[in-house]
Amino acid sequence: MTDKVLMRGTHVIAETAIRAGCRFYAGYPITPQNELAEYMSGAMLKTDEGTFIQAESEIAAVNMVIGASMAGARAMTSSSSPGISLKQEGISFLAAQELPAVIVNAMRGGPGLGNIAPTQGDYFQATRGGGHGDYRTIVLAPAKGQELADLTIKAFDYADHYRSPVIILIDGMMGQMMEPVLLPEPLQLSDLPFKDWILDGARRRPSRIIRSLILDPALEEEHNWKLYRKYENISRELQIAETYQTDDARLVVVAYGTAARIAKGAIKRVREIGLKVGLLRPLTLWPFPVKAMEEASRFVKEFLVYEMSTGQMVEDIRLALKHRSEVHFHGRPGGIVSTPDEIAKIITSLYYRRGLEEEPG
Amino acid sequence: MKQIFQRPKYLKKTPFHYCPGCGHSIIHRLIAEVLEELDIGDIAVGVPPAGCAVLAYDYLDVDMGEAAHGRSPAVATGIKRTLPDRIVFSYQGDGDIAAIGTAETIHSANRGENITVIFVNNGCYGMTGGQMAPTTILEQETTTTPGGRSAAHHGHPIDLSEMIAITHGSVYIERTSVHSVKHILGTKKALKKAFNCQMEGRGFSMVEILSPCPTNWKLSPIDSFRRIEKEITKAYPLKVIKDLTIGEK
Repeated sequence: MTDKVLMRGTHVIAETAIRAGCRFYAGYPITPQNELAEYMSGAMLKTDEGTFIQAESEIAAVNMVIGASMAGARAMTSSSSPGISLKQEGISFLAAQELPAVIVNAMRGGPGLGNIAPTQGDYFQATRGGGHGDYRTIVLAPAKGQELADLTIKAFDYADHYRSPVIILIDGMMGQMMEPVLLPEPLQLSDLPFKDWILDGARRRPSRIIRSLILDPALEEEHNWKLYRKYENISRELQIAETYQTDDARLVVVAYGTAARIAKGAIKRVREIGLKVGLLRPLTLWPFPVKAMEEASRFVKEFLVYEMSTGQMVEDIRLALKHRSEVHFHGRPGGIVSTPDEIAKIITSLYYRRGLEEEPG
Repeated sequence: MKQIFQRPKYLKKTPFHYCPGCGHSIIHRLIAEVLEELDIGDIAVGVPPAGCAVLAYDYLDVDMGEAAHGRSPAVATGIKRTLPDRIVFSYQGDGDIAAIGTAETIHSANRGENITVIFVNNGCYGMTGGQMAPTTILEQETTTTPGGRSAAHHGHPIDLSEMIAITHGSVYIERTSVHSVKHILGTKKALKKAFNCQMEGRGFSMVEILSPCPTNWKLSPIDSFRRIEKEITKAYPLKVIKDLTIGEK
C-alpha cells in the first residue's frame, strides 16, 4: 500500500529520503528550504538509529555526510545556492573518494546573497562539477510533486550504484508548493545494496583506506581516467527526458523544473490557437539528454530554450544540436517567475517571425 | 627468551617517511600500541588530516577515511553517529584544528560527540614549508613571520585546548609532549585515557601533543626537544586541562 498525501515539496523529498533508507541528514538553515531540515529533525528520530544534525556550517554538514557515507549510511544534505557554494569542497571530495550522497539544492536568486525567489542560476555550478577538479555530478531536475518523490528514490539508487554524489536541483517554488503525491513503500535497510568498501572497522578483513590524496601524477591520472570512464557510462545509461506534443511540432520549447511547467502551460495555450509547439523537458541535467535532443532535431528545426536565468542550459542544447537547428533563448533571471501567458506570447511571436505557420514545402 | 619489544599489531610494515626527529612517527606508534592494548583496533576508524600526517593511513593498520583540511571532526561525527559502537578518532595538526577547522572542532566538542581527537601541535604548517600556525608562539620565526611572531602584527597564539575545555560536551582534555621518554610515556597514558572515555561513552576527548618539527624550526632533533622543554612548555603548559572523570573511583 502506498500513501497518497498532500505535501509540500521539501517534505516530499525528506519523507521519501527516509523511505529510501536515508538514515543520516545534516544541514544548516537557509531559505527557501528550511522545511526540509525541519521535517528531518522530527522524522529521523522516529527511525531506527537515524541521525539528524543541525550543523555549525554548510561545510560541516557536507563533511558529516561524507563521514556517514564512509560508514555506509544513505546520507543526505540540503541547502540553497549560497550554501551549496560552501558545500562544493565536500562535493569535490565525495566525487574524488567515490562516496554516494544526495544533495538537494533549492536554487535562489544570485549571485552573492541574491534573494530567496525561485531561479535556475546554479545550472552551471551543478552540471560542471561545481568544486575543484575534474569530475561530474549526477543532476536530477524534478518538476512536480510526484517527481520529487520518484527522483529522490532514484537519487539514492544512482548514488549507491555509481558511488557518486547526486544533486536534486529544485527551487523554492517547488519546495513550497503542495501537491498530491503517492509516497513509495518504505525500504528495509536490509534490502539496500551491500557495500563492500565502507569503513566500519577491519574485523576479519584487511584495513581499508578512503582517500583522495594521490601524490603520484601517474596514479592520479589513472584515477581521473577511472572517474572519466564512470562518467562515460553514466552519460550512456542515465539520460532522462520527457517530451510533450512533439510529434507534429515545428517549434520545441526546452525547459526543466519550474520553467518546464510554465512552458507546458504556455504550450497548451498556443495549441488552442493552432500553433504546432511541443516541449522537451530534461529530467537529468547531467548527463544532459543529448540523445533526446538529437532525436527531436531530426524533425524540428526551431528550438526555444526557456530558463529562469540569463542562459546556461542553452549552451548544452547548442552543443547537443551542433548547429543543426536554430536555438532561440528566453530567460528571466533574478527570481522572476514568468506566467504561462508571457511565455505563450514569446512562443507566438517567435512562431510567426520564423514563418512556422506556413506548410513546409 | 622473553620478547620485550615488537612492532605493534596496528602498525603497518612501512618505514616512516617523516623527517628525522619529527614527532609524528612516535605518536603513530603510541596510537597503535594503545589500540592494541585496549583491544579496539579492529573496530577503530581513523580520520587523518591534510598536512604531514595525511599519510597516517600508510602506517596505521586500521580503517582510515581522509578528510579535507580542518574537517576531520565533522567527518568523524558522521562516522561515529552512523556506527556508534565503533571507535572513531581524528588526527589533526595545529593549522587543521585551530585555524581552518576551528568551527568543526569547537562544535564537535560542544555537541559532546563521542570521539577522540589527537591534536599534534608543532607550532607551524609543516607540510607547506613552515608558515605561521595559530599556535606559533610569540617571537618565533616562521616563513611568514620574518623577525618573529608579534602580537601586534600577527595576533596571539591560540590556546585551543583551553577553549575546547570550556565547551560543555568535552570530558577529557590533556596537553602532553613527546620530547622525552618520560613525556612519551605520559602521552601514551593520556591517549589511553582519551580512548577509554570514548569506550565508556562519555563524550569528546582530546589529547594535545607538543611535537617537534626540526626541519621547519631549523634545529637539530636534540635541540628541538630542548626547545620544547625550555620554550614551548612555557607557552603551552603540560597538564590535564579538563577531566570530568575526576572524583570517580
